[in-house]
Amino acid sequence: MATPSDTAVLRELARDLDGAFGAFVQAHATDVYSAALRLSGSAADADDIAQDTFVRAYRALRRFDAQRLATLEPRPWLLTITLNLWRNRLRAAARRPRTAPAGTGRDAVDGRPGPEALAVQADARRTLVGMLGELPEHHRVPVVLRHVVGLSYAEMAAVLACPEGTVKANVARGLDRLRTLDAAPDDAPRPGRRSPGPRRTGTRAVDTHRKEVR
Amino acid sequence: MTTPRARTPAPRARGATAAAPAALRRLRVAPPAGFTEAVLERLDLYQGDRFVRMAGPAGDVFVAFSDAGISAVVPARLVDGDGARFADRHRRATGRAALVARRPPTGLAAALRSGRARQLRYDLAGLSPFERAVLLKTLEIPSGEVRPYGWVARQIGRPRAVRAVGSALGRNPVPVLIPCHRVVRSDGHVGQYGFGVPMKQALLRAEGVDLDRLERLADAGVRFIASDSTGVFCVPSCPHARRIRPEHQVPLRSSADAAVAGFRPCAHCAPAPGRAAS
Repeated sequence: MATPSDTAVLRELARDLDGAFGAFVQAHATDVYSAALRLSGSAADADDIAQDTFVRAYRALRRFDAQRLATLEPRPWLLTITLNLWRNRLRAAARRPRTAPAGTGRDAVDGRPGPEALAVQADARRTLVGMLGELPEHHRVPVVLRHVVGLSYAEMAAVLACPEGTVKANVARGLDRLRTLDAAPDDAPRPGRRSPGPRRTGTRAVDTHRKEVR
Repeated sequence: MTTPRARTPAPRARGATAAAPAALRRLRVAPPAGFTEAVLERLDLYQGDRFVRMAGPAGDVFVAFSDAGISAVVPARLVDGDGARFADRHRRATGRAALVARRPPTGLAAALRSGRARQLRYDLAGLSPFERAVLLKTLEIPSGEVRPYGWVARQIGRPRAVRAVGSALGRNPVPVLIPCHRVVRSDGHVGQYGFGVPMKQALLRAEGVDLDRLERLADAGVRFIASDSTGVFCVPSCPHARRIRPEHQVPLRSSADAAVAGFRPCAHCAPAPGRAAS
């Protein structure tokens, strides 16, 4: 749902797209970056995906008329772009045989510990990040959009192009799956794990830990 | 064969909490610093500060600027010559990003070469009116000359604010260009410098200041040099003082001594309050 501050930014965008676009990026950067980071599990990929999201958004906004802008719901619209870009990347990576682990040497984008990284239990968070990476895509996406980004079910229905009831059910199943993973011991085979594919090897969770910078 | 541990997993505390929505919500994090600027740069919309690395009179410097003027100068060695570290430092100091510039602002290279930087535009918006007044007055000190802190204080109409002048110069965001290195102690000794006294000495020597002569005079308690042929007295680094032939030089310990002897202050270096000689 568009908030009052969204409306103000959108009005400015309609008046002066180039001048107001920085404020638009700032207003939505955390949502878009968090989604990209928690979906991809890599800080370097997340930076690329999130930047590309806004570059595409700008090019689209240039073609929008005042009517289209006035009715724009920026969050679901942006996250739809983010999701598409991430899926394109997954497909491209699946087609391309890997010569080196993804993101090697590029992950230290921002070596400083974030202020909140010190405040929360980093340990629990790392395992949670690892478990998110183990969720199949059809559960990871709804859980990230709902509980990391904080979209409403109506917004999610728009992003995922399916009924709200389906969205709710998938979020609930995703959370259940996370709890099951959480309760399983580290060295036991984890229930509900998909068969290892080219991207989904046994080291996947470990990779995700390593790539996680915050 | 299954191990006992696999059959009966130990109870673990995190099970109940780690997958809770509140824990997931904490995975929402801001993008790295400079994210918005990077997007704007890719779209050719970035209009904020930029920076260049330039050769300076005492080593390379990073210089940040925007349309509003030059906002920062930092010796390259202070950030290990690393542009990213300079940008970090700039963000901490100003709250603004700085991206690499394609070319330096007009006149910057010439100003760094010649020590004449008065024509450049400076962005001093973050400073107090007093700090701005101190820096703009300091900008008037010609290359190759020095003035005491008290001189700056007097010239901006705050003769008692000598210590405040020193602190304002210590917070000079654009050193080297606004020449706070040309402001010295009232007794003539070279005094402090934010980037270390050796750099102050190097900057002054690079513009032809005879530091050994100034130190000798300071040690001897000489603050001014008068000419008994023109009847004018100067600070020792004034070009007029340097032109007085040795047999006509009169060393003075204070402006009171100058007044008693009937000398008038030089109009160029304004060594003391009162009517200047023309």
